[in-house]
Amino acid sequence: MTSRNLAYLSNYAIYSAIVLYTIAFFAHAIEVSFSVKNADESAKTTFDFSRTERSGRIGTAMMILGFLFLFAGVILRGASAHRVPWGNMYEFSITGALAFSGAYLFALLKYRLRWLGLPVSIAVLLTLGTAITVLYRPSAPLVPALKSTWLAIHVSAAIVSGGVFLLANTIAATYLILDRMEERGGRSEWAKKLPTLEVLDQLSYRLVAFVFPLWTFAVIAGAIWAESAWGRYWGWDPKETWAFITWVAYAAYLHARVTAGWRGRKAAWLCLFAGSTFLFNYVYVNIWGTGRHTYSGL
Amino acid sequence: MNIFQWIWRQLTSMRTALILLMTLGLASIPGSLFPQRNQNPMKVQDFFKANPTLAQWLDKAKIFDVYSSPWFSAIYILLFISLIGCVLPRSFEHAKAIGKKPPLTPKYLDRMEGFVELDRATEGALDDAQKWLKKNRFRVRREEGSISAEKGYSRETGNLLFHLSLIVILFAVAAGGIYGSKGETILNVGDRFINTPTSYDNISFAKFQREGDMAPFSLRILDFKATYDVTTKAPTDYTLKVAAANPIGSKEVLKTIKVNSPLTYGSTKVYLQANGYSPVVAVHDKSGTLIFEGPVTFLPQDSNLTSIGAIKLPDMTPQIGMVASFLPTADRSATRGAFSAFPEVLDPRLLVSVWMGNLGLDSGNPQSVYRVDTSKMQRIGLKALGVGDVYNFGQGTLTFEGYKSWVNLQIVDDPGKMYALVGAILAILGLLTSLFTRQRRIWIKVEPRVQIAGLAKNGVPGLEEELASLKAALMKKEEQA
Ligand code: HEM
Repeated sequence: MTSRNLAYLSNYAIYSAIVLYTIAFFAHAIEVSFSVKNADESAKTTFDFSRTERSGRIGTAMMILGFLFLFAGVILRGASAHRVPWGNMYEFSITGALAFSGAYLFALLKYRLRWLGLPVSIAVLLTLGTAITVLYRPSAPLVPALKSTWLAIHVSAAIVSGGVFLLANTIAATYLILDRMEERGGRSEWAKKLPTLEVLDQLSYRLVAFVFPLWTFAVIAGAIWAESAWGRYWGWDPKETWAFITWVAYAAYLHARVTAGWRGRKAAWLCLFAGSTFLFNYVYVNIWGTGRHTYSGL
Repeated sequence: MNIFQWIWRQLTSMRTALILLMTLGLASIPGSLFPQRNQNPMKVQDFFKANPTLAQWLDKAKIFDVYSSPWFSAIYILLFISLIGCVLPRSFEHAKAIGKKPPLTPKYLDRMEGFVELDRATEGALDDAQKWLKKNRFRVRREEGSISAEKGYSRETGNLLFHLSLIVILFAVAAGGIYGSKGETILNVGDRFINTPTSYDNISFAKFQREGDMAPFSLRILDFKATYDVTTKAPTDYTLKVAAANPIGSKEVLKTIKVNSPLTYGSTKVYLQANGYSPVVAVHDKSGTLIFEGPVTFLPQDSNLTSIGAIKLPDMTPQIGMVASFLPTADRSATRGAFSAFPEVLDPRLLVSVWMGNLGLDSGNPQSVYRVDTSKMQRIGLKALGVGDVYNFGQGTLTFEGYKSWVNLQIVDDPGKMYALVGAILAILGLLTSLFTRQRRIWIKVEPRVQIAGLAKNGVPGLEEELASLKAALMKKEEQA
């Protein structure tokens, strides 16, 4: 098959994934909103819980299907350009969305996290939507500096780390919202299905502790690649600087938790802060920043 | 405690280390928002032009040289000291504790996690428990009437390894700043390069690097090939072939240098950084004497390698300067005039405008080799030449003989690099060990009844299951008895 056909197929797979995530979004939204109505005790309406249960399951099924299509889209994109699919921002974004929803599905195996489906599907849809409308670039080969095994290693580690950081952030944000509700007298009815604050707190910590070594590795792999391509392993290029800042922020988070005993609200804020340095690096430095890392193709 | 001890204790406390770490992160931000001299000096100049007063103030605060500024170094060094001061003593302590037994069983277990009293006879309970603990590879301390057991000791080992590796990395980075050198040179295909300071276009040495320490190799540029994608015109590959001799004078070996694979001699590496074209020209004067012949390096202006350059002939009277551009694949449009449509050489043109007068070379001000100062000159001709064309500009002739590729090589000697890499690898190993090891203690007491309890460091989950399984083991033995 020609490169061109592969690139088209990739695009179709991405469009299909968007449709599937949209269905997942509505399914999760229905699940959540029916529980909301149920809270209104004065209305005395009874609801069939099995219906929201089914809706939730449909949501999860669509998330899995969407993940598979997205996976196919990313692979085909790489095949069409005869390289790893991480050469410009469009490709970073679809792979990032893949990593993010993959991290969610992976966590779903171990924890009762289905409630996260709504924010996760929203975030994936936003990412894919921006990718295909604003960031899209035709499939093309890489410039020589990007031709390195270290690109595959460095970027895949960075993207997976990013996916998990964002998931940890979503959970930390949920923590803060629920914490606020509880402080003001109790959770809304729909939020009662969500896990306790302690579980959320532990979960976001475990996610960070799990990916911190991977992120460290991603930064080091980047340094090794920079050394072979540019003659220096560290040059305080804006991208490198912000990767360092993210690393420092998460190291501080782990310290604050492990040794200073921070839990709950303070830890959640620190987690959000650290995650936002990652996002900042991705958006700001790729699009407006200068330096050698601007491969956005914009 | 005297004042120095107090300062030392403050500096090496973990809170200080954390604050310093965060400060280092914050301090690196301005360097990513404002242009930096060592990365992009032109942008710094632009900034000065756009906001002169602000720029002066920022410059006083070293905002354009953040990463070599005194305040950045101060944070870095303080963190370094703090890290050493807190990690080394901990490492010694840990090394001492390695052969030791777990700490004694606390007096009251009922305050600990997962405390239960078992409904079984006390005889044999400790033996059974010891068996289970050994089987699960706990370190066991048996005392009269109690057992104290611990597992996951490697957590601390990994954690210390990680922190010690950070010290190694910091040392390596510092070493790279003190020893080593970094320089650049532009070479045409066919040129020979000998690795001595005078061969470079520019070179900088670290404080303690001596010039004699440079790797004694020589290179001859044999061939350079760039390939481009036909539709996007983006480069797809650069390959440089050189004949290299190390040491100079030994037998030459054929080597290939690519963007991601430099030529390596010990801690010295030769990188392919940039490339362009050097048109080969010959200039004769009116009498037909050869004044100049050879390649002239031109500077690429865009991704299609439209290149500009200057041919200066100070030895002619009057002096002649030629402002020129080289188009690898010439094209022409009404709006842009002549330009290059593709980076490879398919239809080369040399456009020259010839100036006569005073080149201004002896004014004392350094001049760019790519430009001609035409303020004291007048234009006497304008011409587009194809390969082989000869142009008579009145004062003489210009022959466009052909072109060569040039490459910009960056040659870096960084002796700290290997140590940084080793430190980085150890850091990751330490991190993995410490973050994926659960450290916990389990105690069993038989006075007055069989009691078990535990403690998991950092409240990492999993202890409950372990205690439950120990309990099950103890109860099963009881049933069998
Ligand atoms: C004065 C200096 C420092 C001290 C006393 C210190 C001490 C500690 C301690 C006690 C832990 C917890 C270990 C555990 O309970 O398992 C820890 C963890 C950690 N530290 Fe530090 N630290 C220092 C500096 C740093 C620095 C400069 C960094 C650099 C980023 C750093 C990164 C980390 C990380 C990522 C962890 C979590 C991983 C782990 O548990 O091993 N530390 N540190």
